[in-house]
Amino acid sequence: MKLALGPLLYYWPHQSVLDFYADMAEAPVDSVYLGETVCSRRHELRLEDWLEVGKVLAAAGKEVVISTQGLIESESDLKVLRRIVRQSAGGEPGFRVEANDMGAVRLLTEAGVNDWVAGPTLNIFNPTTLQLMIDSGATRWAVAPEMAGAALAEVRAALPTPIETEVFAYGRLPLAHSARCFTARHFNLQKDTCEFRCLSIMDGITLRTREGEPFLTLNGVQTQSARVHNLLGDLPAVRGNAEVLRISPQGAHTRQIIELFRAALDGTQTPSAALAASREWMVEEPCNGFWHGRAGVEQYVAA
Amino acid sequence: MTVSSPIELVCPAGSLPALKTAIDHGADCVYLGFKDATNARNFTGLNFDPAQMREGIAYAHARKRKVLLALNTYPQTGNWPSWTQAIDRAAEFGLDALILADPGLMAYAAKTHPQLRLHLSVQGSATSYEAINYYHERFGIQRAVLPRVLSMAQVESVVANTPVEIEVFGFGGLCVMVEGRCALSAYATGESPNCNGACSPGKHVRWEDTPRGMETRLNGILIDRFADGERAGYPTLCKGRFEVNDETYYALEEPTSLNTLELLPELARIGIRAIKIEGRQRSPAYVAQVTKVWRAALDKLEAGGAESFSVLPAWMAELNKVSEGQSHTLGAYYRPWK
Repeated sequence: MKLALGPLLYYWPHQSVLDFYADMAEAPVDSVYLGETVCSRRHELRLEDWLEVGKVLAAAGKEVVISTQGLIESESDLKVLRRIVRQSAGGEPGFRVEANDMGAVRLLTEAGVNDWVAGPTLNIFNPTTLQLMIDSGATRWAVAPEMAGAALAEVRAALPTPIETEVFAYGRLPLAHSARCFTARHFNLQKDTCEFRCLSIMDGITLRTREGEPFLTLNGVQTQSARVHNLLGDLPAVRGNAEVLRISPQGAHTRQIIELFRAALDGTQTPSAALAASREWMVEEPCNGFWHGRAGVEQYVAA
Repeated sequence: MTVSSPIELVCPAGSLPALKTAIDHGADCVYLGFKDATNARNFTGLNFDPAQMREGIAYAHARKRKVLLALNTYPQTGNWPSWTQAIDRAAEFGLDALILADPGLMAYAAKTHPQLRLHLSVQGSATSYEAINYYHERFGIQRAVLPRVLSMAQVESVVANTPVEIEVFGFGGLCVMVEGRCALSAYATGESPNCNGACSPGKHVRWEDTPRGMETRLNGILIDRFADGERAGYPTLCKGRFEVNDETYYALEEPTSLNTLELLPELARIGIRAIKIEGRQRSPAYVAQVTKVWRAALDKLEAGGAESFSVLPAWMAELNKVSEGQSHTLGAYYRPWK
């Protein structure tokens, strides 16, 4: 089973990003997703910079995937998207692409790229739609986090030929996208003049209920869960239904979390022991409800 | 300047009485759904059984108006036949178009019922002409409904670069998140707009009168708390009050409605083909009120052109009466909203 490091969902200073990926080059992950997927105003690293990071990671033996932006709004968003597709379609370095909207799917298909990742925001919930993506060149399916393990198993069983499947296994859940920037709104700023406040916030801002309970995380135009989705304890069931596990980068201790997943997959630690050990590196309570077909916020322990 | 092509007024029909009311007050089209998870307004007491749907279609067609069927949720492996059967029934009933979000269903509809007109639902999350053109080339969609996230200039660019007719939301509840890209309800309750057709569903809602005030909860999660005399709103989770860095406010969005009446001449100029009124979960009285005002506005625009168009204060007053929190916003069309 492979481990993948998902795209960086936060906005970190240039040097912090470079330091982070230098560390990841040494971490036991197989695939690394790069690129800005959340907000087009975030460009501490431009596409050329991401491709440079990709080359370093590829040289270290990692498979590199460039993710496209989840919410495409402007012509300049489309320009970046077209360049991501072009580099995959035969240019240098030619990294695989994760398509995160149907515009990306159209451009990849048009360019004749036939080895791309169907991203988690494509809303693939049934075998007919997944087969359409496979026929268009998708060779890996990154499943929407809200999809239950049982539903995932049904989709895979209904396919004539299986597709490599990737499950969101660790991190704050990416739950929603908006045109509005909630971080800018919190600081009484407009999105167009946001002063790049996200740069000083490593892991988003916690939104609590009026009872003080952590509920959501504000990450610019993205809303995440406050709790950390963690499938370490569910690995025996996940194993049969996926070939790749996605770990979402967080501000601190990403390396330790990756190593725990690796240990649990290699059998040097039991899943439950790895889950217990991960608590030390988690900033918030765990949850796994989505995998069990329940409310995502729940930490569900199967009987 | 003259308006090239009249804009269609697309009104919500959550029930047969609402459908008749919309038609009687000037809707060009109504949109509706079956009483199940195949549509994104799957709420108790709403929507149509087959007999009601036949009656509604007959009522509209006798008056030369159109009926659109929303089948805009994403089916899963086990329940796939319910969605394809709904498409088969739509063909049999003579609906004027299907509003779909799932590519697999579009492929089924295009192959099985090639005569059926297809619209891309807002749940399809297509925000660029590249995405819309994908659905056009693959499945022959003829219209797309845009999510409520683009500015006017961005909408104009979409219209200019696709042969697909563009429909935008004109009035009603404002989804602050991109439709089809929001799992907040699933996170809190286990039921999602994408798969179950419901956001913040009623069976998870609790109102509690407490010494601290009226509290509204969604699956136990405190969404808001209201002081004496403050009107307690429905606990839609993105319109609650929360604490962020010790400040309590509507962190995502105030309870307010979208109202783009004043943008009508501009929407006509850039070539918008249809305006959607949100609110299948609202009463026939709401439908009557909103349809009447928008019909009058569209008629005025068509008769006099953009130069002589102005929004009558009485129209705004009428619409504000049925707005959430009695207030309205231009949403993402207005850049500073972002």
